[in-house]
Amino acid sequence: MSRRHLGIFTAAVLAAASLTACGGSGDDSAGSGKTLTYWASNQGASLEADKTILQPELDKFEKQSGIKVNVEVVPWSDLLNRLLAAAASGKGPDVVNIGNTWSASLQATGALVEFDDATLQAVGGKDRIVPAALAAAGAPGKPPAAVPLYSMAYSLYYNKKSFADAGITAPPTTWEQLAEYGKKLSTGGKWGLAIEGANPSENAHHAFTFSQQYGGEWFDSAGKPTFDTPQNVSAIKRYIDFMAADKITNPSNAEYAQNQSVSDFANGKAAMLLWQSAGSNLKTQNMPADAYGVAPVPFLASPPAGGKKVNSMVAGINMAVFKHTKNRDGALSFVKFMTSDEEQTILNRTYGSLPAVKTAGSDPAFTAVEQKTIQETLVTTAAPLPQVPEESTFETLVGTAMKELFADAASGKPVTEESVKAKLTDAQQKMR
Amino acid sequence: MATSTTAPDADQREPRAGAPARGPARRPRGPRRSLLPYLLLAPAVVLELAIHVIPMVVGVWMSLLELTQFHIRNWSTAPFIGLENYRATLDVNSAAGKELLHSFWVTLVYSLLSVGFAWLLGISAAVVLQRPFRGRAILRALFLTPYALPVYTAVITWSFLLQRDTGLVNHVLVDQLGLLDDRPFWLIGDNSFWSLLVVSVWRNWPFAFLCLMAGLQNVPGELYEAAAIDGAGFWRRLRSVTLPMLRPVNLVLLLVLFLWTFNDFNTPYVLFGGSAPEQADLISIHIYRSSFKTWDFGSGSAMSVALLLFLLVVSAAYLLITNRRRDDHA
Repeated sequence: MSRRHLGIFTAAVLAAASLTACGGSGDDSAGSGKTLTYWASNQGASLEADKTILQPELDKFEKQSGIKVNVEVVPWSDLLNRLLAAAASGKGPDVVNIGNTWSASLQATGALVEFDDATLQAVGGKDRIVPAALAAAGAPGKPPAAVPLYSMAYSLYYNKKSFADAGITAPPTTWEQLAEYGKKLSTGGKWGLAIEGANPSENAHHAFTFSQQYGGEWFDSAGKPTFDTPQNVSAIKRYIDFMAADKITNPSNAEYAQNQSVSDFANGKAAMLLWQSAGSNLKTQNMPADAYGVAPVPFLASPPAGGKKVNSMVAGINMAVFKHTKNRDGALSFVKFMTSDEEQTILNRTYGSLPAVKTAGSDPAFTAVEQKTIQETLVTTAAPLPQVPEESTFETLVGTAMKELFADAASGKPVTEESVKAKLTDAQQKMR
Repeated sequence: MATSTTAPDADQREPRAGAPARGPARRPRGPRRSLLPYLLLAPAVVLELAIHVIPMVVGVWMSLLELTQFHIRNWSTAPFIGLENYRATLDVNSAAGKELLHSFWVTLVYSLLSVGFAWLLGISAAVVLQRPFRGRAILRALFLTPYALPVYTAVITWSFLLQRDTGLVNHVLVDQLGLLDDRPFWLIGDNSFWSLLVVSVWRNWPFAFLCLMAGLQNVPGELYEAAAIDGAGFWRRLRSVTLPMLRPVNLVLLLVLFLWTFNDFNTPYVLFGGSAPEQADLISIHIYRSSFKTWDFGSGSAMSVALLLFLLVVSAAYLLITNRRRDDHA
């Protein structure tokens, strides 16, 4: 190689390298002594709203304990990546919120403090916590990697006026009814059911519920993926068919990923919505609470053999403590504070969710129809998503496959058993 | 007299006496001078190591490990699996390999079209704005606006414009002009590729315009005058004067634009989010999804290394070919 060629080669290496290099950002703020850093998930209408809601409570904690908590509200789209970066680098906040479906995935990194009996005792005791919520806080057979903070479940929200106008007197209890009502409601530019079709996590939650009703599982007992079983194919097809076959969902919903389906419901463009604790969001969008009804998520009219009576995941937000914290005791006392009866009542009342502790359910706010329905669902018909380390990968792969199926349905391409199976097989093969 | 004769003698002798002293003083300066270039280069070498070489070596090492959430906290303990990540991600018979190959073709076509259109728009605008006329400065500033806007702001605005129901694009096409009966999707399905291409060209062409405009400043006016005397028309002048004179600028511009576009992450990520439609699933998003969404950093690294090698070969081939042609012309 001549000298000039060597020069060209070197220039090419550097040019290509500079363009493929990617960087990450670290946050070196692990608290010590009298301060803690807390990443809160976005629960309210905006990041600012959350900060306004949380700050008085954090001030209260500072007054009680002398520990100042610096809070940062992290949007959902960034949260998992930020948590992963903090876990990998050993730098970052002391206390974090995690979506409860990620518990086992994040637990597998070994970066979170595990709440064994003694640690649970230090934050108030295991017996106070709602068992279903605690089951969704870590891998089975291991101490939980987090403590439940807010509990939620899916419900069916329906527009009372639209129902009355269509002559429908009660919310649907079966999917067949929902499709039938949806057809009556899909007229005049309005639609029966709003769906968040381009949001992989949202899709994955429905994949879980429908699969349970059809007797399917996403992982076998050894933790191996079982994505493309006939039960799962039927389950996913049933959900996509609301758009593809029943045509009760606006094809535009196939590009929704920013909670536009909630807005469509609030604005009267769609008569039904499947959502977790939508009440506070609907309120900020000026939909009065008496304009909509809340009912349990429907079931199949005649479930196949093995079908389970599950109509929601156990949804919720957990609180976790990073092992790298320099103030473990302070972090645990903050968790204890946030899961105390008083704070559970204040925060869950504001967010429209349910307390994750048994002792804080007496506030009148939790006896509203929405909260009653969530409570009922959590106690009787909700099940936790598979608590396996690959759970977050399942959400991405299956949720994205469903996004593509919705795109097909929206653009008029046929969605068949074969096309659904092909997508699920592809997704399964990408699991390592 | 004696004093008058000895004084100059002394003056003359002094330098002589000093000469041997100066001699050895010059010799140590030799090695010091040869060390100086290395010292001056040292900061660049250190930075180069820190910014490029070490991350690259780490990236290659990571591509040989089974690096998932189980080992991310202490990645040096991840099991060494040799070339397994490469086999799994590059095997075109596997689902992952097929998807990567699909992404590769999408990215290649996208990059070639984006660079082609950006260059065409850039050269057209640069040639039109070469002659002074009223309002030229305003037009120049206007043309450069897409380049000056922050990427996120610009692309998120495009994503609003391209929404099916509420976007301005469909409003104009369907409601105002009546060109289409049905509202098409721009952010999902087949059209998503073209949406991405339009946004990419919109972002890239001002850079091409800027470089080409700067290049045109260096073309001597006499060449055009001579060409005009010879009776050359606009196209002939463009072909025989402008393009040959812009050749050095074009060589760099096209390579840089291609590399940028091929690796572009911001545009698809902001336009579609972390899971782009399969028709617009660029390789950068694909690698991001493997690494950060499915937590398989080993496979992500393997794909990054393969991508680096590909771009390396493309860049080297391009530079070799264009240099050889330049030598032929010289």
